[in-house]
Amino acid sequence: MSGANDPYDPKEVVALAPETLERAVDDARKAFAAAADLEELTAAKPAHLGERSPVLTARREIGALPPKARAEAGKRVNETREAIQSDFDQRRAALQAERDERVLREEAVDVTLPWERVPAGARHPMTQLIERISDTFVGMGWEVAEGPELETEWFNFDALNFGKDHPARTMQDTFHVAPEGSGLVLRTHTSPVQVRSLLERELPVYVVCPGRTFRTDELDSTHTPVFHQVEGLAVDKGLTMAHLKGTLDAFARAMFGEDSTTRLRPSFFPFTEPSAELDVWFPEKKGGAGWVEWGGCGMVNPNVLRACGVDPEVHSGFAFGMGLERTLQFRNGIPDMRDMVEGDVRFTRAFGIGA
Amino acid sequence: MRIPVSWLAEHLELAEDTSAETLAEAFVRIGLEVEEVTHLSTVRGPLVVGRVAEIEELTEFKKPIRYCRVEVGGTPDAPDSRNIICGATNFSEGALVVVALPGTVLPGEFEITARKTYGRRSEGMICSTKELGVGEDHDGILVLPPGSADPGTDATGVVGLDDAVIELAITPDRGYCFSVRGLARELSNALDVPYRDPAARSVPVEERSSRTVEIRDASACSRFVFRRVSGVDPTAPTPWWMRRRLALAGIRSLSLAVDVTNYVMLELGQPLHAWDAAKLAGDVVVRRATAGEKLTTLDGVERVLDPDDVVICDDSGPVSLAGVMGGATTEIGADSHDVLLEAANWDPASIARAIRRHKLPSEAGKRFERGVDPAVAPVATERAAQLLARFGDGTIEAGRTDVGEPSAPAPVTMPLALPDKVAGVHYERGVTARRLNQIGCGIEVSTSDSGVGLVTATPPSWRPDLTQPADLVEEVLRLEGYHTIPSVLPSAPGGRGLEETQLRRRAVSRALAHDGYVEVLPFPFTGQDTLDKLGLADDDPRRRTLSVLNGLETERSVLASTLLPGLLETLQRNVARGQRDLALFHLGQVVLAEEEPPEVPEVGVTERPSDEQIAALHAALPAQPTHVAAVLAGRREQPGWWGKGRDASWADAIQAARTVAEAAGVELTIAADDLAPWHPGRCARFQVGETVVGYAGELHPKVVEALGLPKRTCAMELDLDAVPLTDERPAPQVSAYPPVLLDVALVVDESVPASDLAEVVRSGGGALLEDVRLFDVYAGERVGAGKKSLAFALRLRAPDRTLTQDEAIEARDAAIDAAKKHFDATLRA
Repeated sequence: MSGANDPYDPKEVVALAPETLERAVDDARKAFAAAADLEELTAAKPAHLGERSPVLTARREIGALPPKARAEAGKRVNETREAIQSDFDQRRAALQAERDERVLREEAVDVTLPWERVPAGARHPMTQLIERISDTFVGMGWEVAEGPELETEWFNFDALNFGKDHPARTMQDTFHVAPEGSGLVLRTHTSPVQVRSLLERELPVYVVCPGRTFRTDELDSTHTPVFHQVEGLAVDKGLTMAHLKGTLDAFARAMFGEDSTTRLRPSFFPFTEPSAELDVWFPEKKGGAGWVEWGGCGMVNPNVLRACGVDPEVHSGFAFGMGLERTLQFRNGIPDMRDMVEGDVRFTRAFGIGA
Repeated sequence: MRIPVSWLAEHLELAEDTSAETLAEAFVRIGLEVEEVTHLSTVRGPLVVGRVAEIEELTEFKKPIRYCRVEVGGTPDAPDSRNIICGATNFSEGALVVVALPGTVLPGEFEITARKTYGRRSEGMICSTKELGVGEDHDGILVLPPGSADPGTDATGVVGLDDAVIELAITPDRGYCFSVRGLARELSNALDVPYRDPAARSVPVEERSSRTVEIRDASACSRFVFRRVSGVDPTAPTPWWMRRRLALAGIRSLSLAVDVTNYVMLELGQPLHAWDAAKLAGDVVVRRATAGEKLTTLDGVERVLDPDDVVICDDSGPVSLAGVMGGATTEIGADSHDVLLEAANWDPASIARAIRRHKLPSEAGKRFERGVDPAVAPVATERAAQLLARFGDGTIEAGRTDVGEPSAPAPVTMPLALPDKVAGVHYERGVTARRLNQIGCGIEVSTSDSGVGLVTATPPSWRPDLTQPADLVEEVLRLEGYHTIPSVLPSAPGGRGLEETQLRRRAVSRALAHDGYVEVLPFPFTGQDTLDKLGLADDDPRRRTLSVLNGLETERSVLASTLLPGLLETLQRNVARGQRDLALFHLGQVVLAEEEPPEVPEVGVTERPSDEQIAALHAALPAQPTHVAAVLAGRREQPGWWGKGRDASWADAIQAARTVAEAAGVELTIAADDLAPWHPGRCARFQVGETVVGYAGELHPKVVEALGLPKRTCAMELDLDAVPLTDERPAPQVSAYPPVLLDVALVVDESVPASDLAEVVRSGGGALLEDVRLFDVYAGERVGAGKKSLAFALRLRAPDRTLTQDEAIEARDAAIDAAKKHFDATLRA
């Protein structure tokens, strides 16, 4: 780019020659590429971007050019320097990424190692079932009522319309509390909680009562002397058996899926009139969908309402009850009821902690 | 109740092809529970009626053997005969019998073949009722009534092998269904087919009585009927069809007189008793027993009578426990020719009590305790007398005793539309009256003053259970079918959600489970010996227990006052099954008896009890608080690639209590204590405020040994009900300024509880001391004998400014001063 009138020694500005600058870029690129790691790259940097590097040498010589030529030469030198710097940055980024990746790779562990430092705890499936049932009814606006397991005969029998000497009373296989004639029994069903609820609560009453109950059955694969029931009771104005059926259907769907429903068969219980046995349609029944006996139900006997101070001319009600061991047995496919009472941790752990 | 279908069908106009299953379904639909339907026909192959034409007695054998020529078909002129060997002798030439020809397979897969026996070729078998599966008689063969069928006829229908037996579970309210009469009526209603009432028999008017009977206690007996049959042949056999029906119903044949009473009981539902009239001395009196009176019943047992027992007496005193079991002295025997048939109506409650008192359940008893139709007593005696006279060759004597005043069920009035209102269904007009009429009620329809249609139903004599409108409603609903009731979800008023105690129980159980505890649900029964082994002091409140009278295991009839026995037993069971590292918990009620329990008050049921009565009922029950308890054994932490394991210890048991407290939102005050069954030096007592709520720690080594538990088993038990419910916890003021962290090591006497020292440091540090955490405990040479060093990390912070180092040190020094003052603490050099 030197003109004929160039007063400078051409030898002094050879560093600004385009070929020189291009070579400087090439040399730098090769040198950077040759650096195997960040240390080598750092070591290679001064030769191409340092004070004595060709590009900085060239920049210092710009002043030697005639003023007219300086701008162009300056631009060329800057472009060259930027190109070399960019090559350096790219190489450094690549080497950094390589290093980071290596470090992380070296830190890798076996994530499949077990961590069983404290063996898992679990809650009994009965507890989980009771909570699920309670939540189902709470969701419908009902409340959960409870009562003592040791009861007076008045709550367990008398108020529930079991006549003193009626055979229905002996059908319940009751555990009587000593001494003879104490008037105390282990509750044979959760129905006494119906009576307690009606005595304690304001009408209308919509309650479910889950709990532990007792009958003198020997423990075997389908019986246990200590078992659980859930009782439902609704007392309001204008309740009908259709409302009972509707509630049971909703309950069945919540427990056994949308395809479930219930069926009523006439039966007898002292505390309901009319009374019914209750079957549930269980879509996942062993051997194919079918009806499974689930519990008993009916319209609250007016005698029970009267014993609780409720006027049967004004209010009516329905009640239902089912055994929960049996429910768990068919719902969860538990062949032997003893598994539910023996407390083997291997059994309970399978059910986890629950929602 | 087992009943053959053919017997029911006799009283119904059923379509020819009505199956036993159809009847069973009909029963279920209207509320009778069917337990089983059994088809008798297990006989296959050529079973025919035969006529014994010739009998050749073979005498060369040890027992009498007959070689018979039996006509099994053909024509009278050219009969088709078979020669058959028979070991029975209860028939003569001309008798109609049942022959299993070769190829017949009898019950039990017993195949009949032609074979050589007793030196003759036998071409079939003459059958007994037992071999056919319709009875118990094996001594003789079945001889059919003369003219009942032609030889060669298929015997299946003749013998009733095409019959089925339906077994029903009769609910306590339907005593009338313990009879063909009641069950056939139910079927007639369910299937809408005509019904013939077996009790619709004419009973001749009799002027005089059979025997004088005096009812001294009308509350015990509402009707008593006697009818006499004389000249009965006590050896006369019961006709086979009657034995067959009794056998199918599950009743053993004994003698004609007894069989007849049982047969009529099954048919009409009225239990009958056959007396040997010759053994009954003088007039008969019905009364309650006097205390100490004795009676030897039919089963040979001498029974001491209760003043509540109802007895039938003659001149000799009690001769029968009424409605439950007859007496031995007047029993029908092999020489009884003069039979007095009794049908009575006993008070159901008295009979129920007597059955339980003497532990004598019976077919009669279960009918009487449910109630028997008082109108049927004379019909039943008449029917029995006729059968006995006919088959026993006797004579019905003139006269009938019929005393007492049975009450008729009272009429019940209700709105005609009540069934609709209860069911939530609009039934067709007239349904209520029609259905009530169908079950035997007298019906009157009227209109109330306010214009409401009413029905007054007078229940039939066999339905004492129909006493209120709800009972009538059930009759209408069940006969119309429960399947017609629609499904309508009621809308409950908005509920209040779970109660605080319920939410807390869930939180506690989840917290323990997340902490590695497995929930178990042991039975609440234990034994005195277990309480002994736990080392409970004599005055320990857990010694005040109640027991059940009829425990399944007598040594475990004590109702648990603590959850530990059940948990420890479950722990042992798991250990026995090879589990070693165990952490279990149980949330449940315990029973804590009162020292002097108040009596359970007598409270009626016709109206709401008074508040005082309700309070008395509640007071009669012992306290039954909800406890939560946990037990640990083996390792609490497992060894693994992460490092070493750790045995469960007293500290874990105490931590379990803290876990519960945290879930319950309360803080526990922990102090050392010494209470069974815990180790006296490793037992913590927990308090919330002033209330003691439980204990935890390692079990006493003697308890571990006595109960055979793993070494160093630990346990925790809290009375959850004693833990107060917390209000919404107040929100803390969270300072955004930086904290100053300072450590301080204090040397104190080794008896000073760490929690007490921490509490003093905390209060001594004042408002700026945000947190105190114990991070090291040291005892040894460097602090001197009998001393220990407790190192605390203090975090100090001001709510409104950055705390200066000087301020922080000032607060720390205040804390140290407090420790010095309370526990003579020194700063560790």
